[in-house]
Amino acid sequence: MNLMMVVGPVLLLFIVLGFVTYAILFERKVIGWIQNRIGPNRVGPWGLLQTVADVFKLLIKEDIIPAKADESLFRLAPVIAFVPAFAVLAVIPFTEKIQFADFAVGLLYYMAISSITIIGILVGGWASNNKYALLGGMRSAAQMISYEIPLVMSVVGIIMSVGSLNLHEIVEAQQKVWFIFPQFVGFAVFLIASISELNRTPFDLPEAESELVAGYHVEYTGFRFAFFMLAEYVYVFAMASLTTVLYLGGWNAPFGLTFIPPIVWFILKFSLIVFFLFWVRATMPRIRVDQLMQFAWKVLLPLALANIFITAVFKEIPVIGKFY
Amino acid sequence: MLRTEEMLLNVGPQHPSTHGVLRLIVKIDGETIVDAEPVIGYLHRGTEKLAEDLNYTQIIPYTDRMDYLSAMTNNYAIVHATEQLMGLEIPERAEFLRVIVMELNRIASHLVWMGTYLLDIGAMSPFLYAFRDREQILNLFNELCGARITYNYMRVGGVKWDAPPGWIDKVGEFVQYMKKQMDEYHGLITGNEIFIQRTKGIGIYDRETAIQFGLSGANLRVTGVKWDLRKNQPYSIYERFDFDVPVGQTGDLYDKYLCRMQEIVESLKILEQAVEQFPEGGSTMGKVPRVLRVPEGEIYVGIESPRGELGCHIVSKGKDKPWRLKFRRPSFYNLQILPTLLKGENISNLVAILGGIDIVLGEVDC
Repeated sequence: MNLMMVVGPVLLLFIVLGFVTYAILFERKVIGWIQNRIGPNRVGPWGLLQTVADVFKLLIKEDIIPAKADESLFRLAPVIAFVPAFAVLAVIPFTEKIQFADFAVGLLYYMAISSITIIGILVGGWASNNKYALLGGMRSAAQMISYEIPLVMSVVGIIMSVGSLNLHEIVEAQQKVWFIFPQFVGFAVFLIASISELNRTPFDLPEAESELVAGYHVEYTGFRFAFFMLAEYVYVFAMASLTTVLYLGGWNAPFGLTFIPPIVWFILKFSLIVFFLFWVRATMPRIRVDQLMQFAWKVLLPLALANIFITAVFKEIPVIGKFY
Repeated sequence: MLRTEEMLLNVGPQHPSTHGVLRLIVKIDGETIVDAEPVIGYLHRGTEKLAEDLNYTQIIPYTDRMDYLSAMTNNYAIVHATEQLMGLEIPERAEFLRVIVMELNRIASHLVWMGTYLLDIGAMSPFLYAFRDREQILNLFNELCGARITYNYMRVGGVKWDAPPGWIDKVGEFVQYMKKQMDEYHGLITGNEIFIQRTKGIGIYDRETAIQFGLSGANLRVTGVKWDLRKNQPYSIYERFDFDVPVGQTGDLYDKYLCRMQEIVESLKILEQAVEQFPEGGSTMGKVPRVLRVPEGEIYVGIESPRGELGCHIVSKGKDKPWRLKFRRPSFYNLQILPTLLKGENISNLVAILGGIDIVLGEVDC
C-alpha cells in the first residue's frame, strides 16, 4: 500500500470540506447580488469566515433529541445520509491522474451509492416523530426515486456512445466533441433530474420552508443538522463534478487551449455548473409536489427514452454517426 | 387495500407562511386536506373595547396597529367616520394629501403581498425586489410624518403635517420610477411557467360564493364583480380622478395576482393626477373644536382598503369618547372562506391559497 492511497483521500476530504465552506459563502453572496443585497460581510474580510463561524455555532449548540423520537435511528440517519455523499467522490476523475478508484462500472457505482442517501433522509424524517418531518421525508423518498430513473436513463445515451461505464473512458471519448452537443436532450434531462436529486430549488419540496417549515431535518440541531447540510453540499460538489465529466468533457481543454492545466479546466467547468445551481435557486419558485411527479414521469422519462432511441439511430448513420 | 389514517396537522401559530400568528388545524389524508379550521385570536388586543375609553384623536394610533401594512387607510376610516358624524368640512389640501398617502400605502401593501406571496410559493428574490420599492414609499412617509409603519398621520378635520417642500415632486418621481418597475415584475413573475402552474386554476370560487361570504377587495373583484368603494360609494375626492377597477375572469390565484398588480397601476394613475392637481397653499386642518364632542348618533362608513371594505361603525352618545366602536376588518371577513377553499386541496396549495387571500393578522384579530 503506497502512501498516496492514505494521504489522497484525506486530502480530498479537506478539499471537499473547503469547497463546502466556500460554496455556502459563494451561494449566499451570489444570491445576495441577484437580490440587491450585499451578502455576508461581517465575519472576516469580505465575509470569508462566515461559514466557519456558522459551523462553530452549530458545533457548540446543545444536542437535542426529542423525547418521543426513535433515538438510535435518529442518531443513525445523518450518518446514512452523509457517508454515501463522500463515497461517490471516489470514482470522479478530476484529471487524468487524480482519481481514486478507476473501475469499470464507475457511473453505475455513483448512481447506486448516491441512492443510499434517500434512506438516511427517510429514516431521519421517520425517527423525528414529527409530522412535518415525516411529510418531508416521504416527499423526499418519492421525489428522489422518481428522479433517479430519468437521471439514469439520460446517461444511457453516453454509455451507448462510449461503450463503457468507466468515467475515465467517458472523458477520453470527449476529446473532440463534448457530449453536451450530441447529447443535448440527455444533458437537459440530466441537469433537471440532478437539481431534483440535490433537493434544490425549484425542486426543494422535501425541505419546503414555506410549507413544511424545514422538512425532514426540522427536529435536528447542532452537529447532526450540520451533517445533513454537509451531505447536501457535498452532493452539489459530486453532482457538479459528474456533470462536468459526463457532458462538459471533464479536464479536456476546448479550442486546443492545452497550455492551461487540465485541473484548471475542470475547476472552471465545475464552477460554472455550481454557479448555475445557485442562479436557479435565486430565480425560480417552487414546483408543487404532484406537478413534480408528473414532470418526472410524463416529461423527463419519455424525453430520456427518446434520447436513447435517437442516439441508437444516429449511431448507424454514416457521417453523423462518428459524433455519437 | 391498505388501511390509511387521517392525520391532524397543526399549522402555526408559529409557521413561516401563516403571515403572523394564524393557526390552522388541518386534517390531512396523505397530502390531501380533508378539513381545515382557522384558529384566530392570538393577536387580539381589544382595540374596539379600548376605544370606548379613548377620545377620538387618541383612537387614531390604535388603528395604525390593525392593518399594519396599510395604516393610512385605517387612519382614514376612523377620522372619516368621525368627520361624517360631526359634519366637518375638510380643506382641499388635506384631502389631496390623504388621497396621496392612501394610494401610496395601497401600492406599498400590494408590494408586500406580492413579495410574500412569491416567498410562500418558494421564490425568494421577488420579495427583496418588492421591499426595495416599498422602501421608497416608506421613505416618503418618513419624510412626511416621521414614521415608517405606524403613521398616526390623519386627524379629525385634516392631516397632522403639511407636505415638506419638494415632497410632492418626489411623489411624482416615484410614480414614474414605479411604472418602470412594473415591467420588471411582469418580466420576472407573470410569465414564469412554474408560477403559472402553481396559481392557474387553483382556489377558484364563483361570484355568488364570494358575495355570500361577504368578501371584498381583490378577493371579490377577481370573480368579475366590479365593486370598488372608491367608485361605487365615492368618498374623499376620489370622483375627481380617472381610474379603472380591474376585475378578474376566472377567480383563481393567478387572476388575483394580475388583479392586484393592475391595482398598483391604477393607484399610480390616481397619484399622477393628484400630484398634477395638487393645490398651492391652503390649510391642512379644518376648523375643529379643541375637544371633539361628536353629536349623538350612529354612523357606518366603508372605505376601500388594499384588502377590501374597511368599515367603521361609531355609536356616539354625545361625549368626547365613542360609546361603541366597531371595525369591519376586510381580512377577518375574507379569511372565512379559507376552510371552504382548502377542502380537497393538496397540502402544498395551502400556503398558496392562504397567501392569495392576503390577510393581515393584526386586522383579523384587531
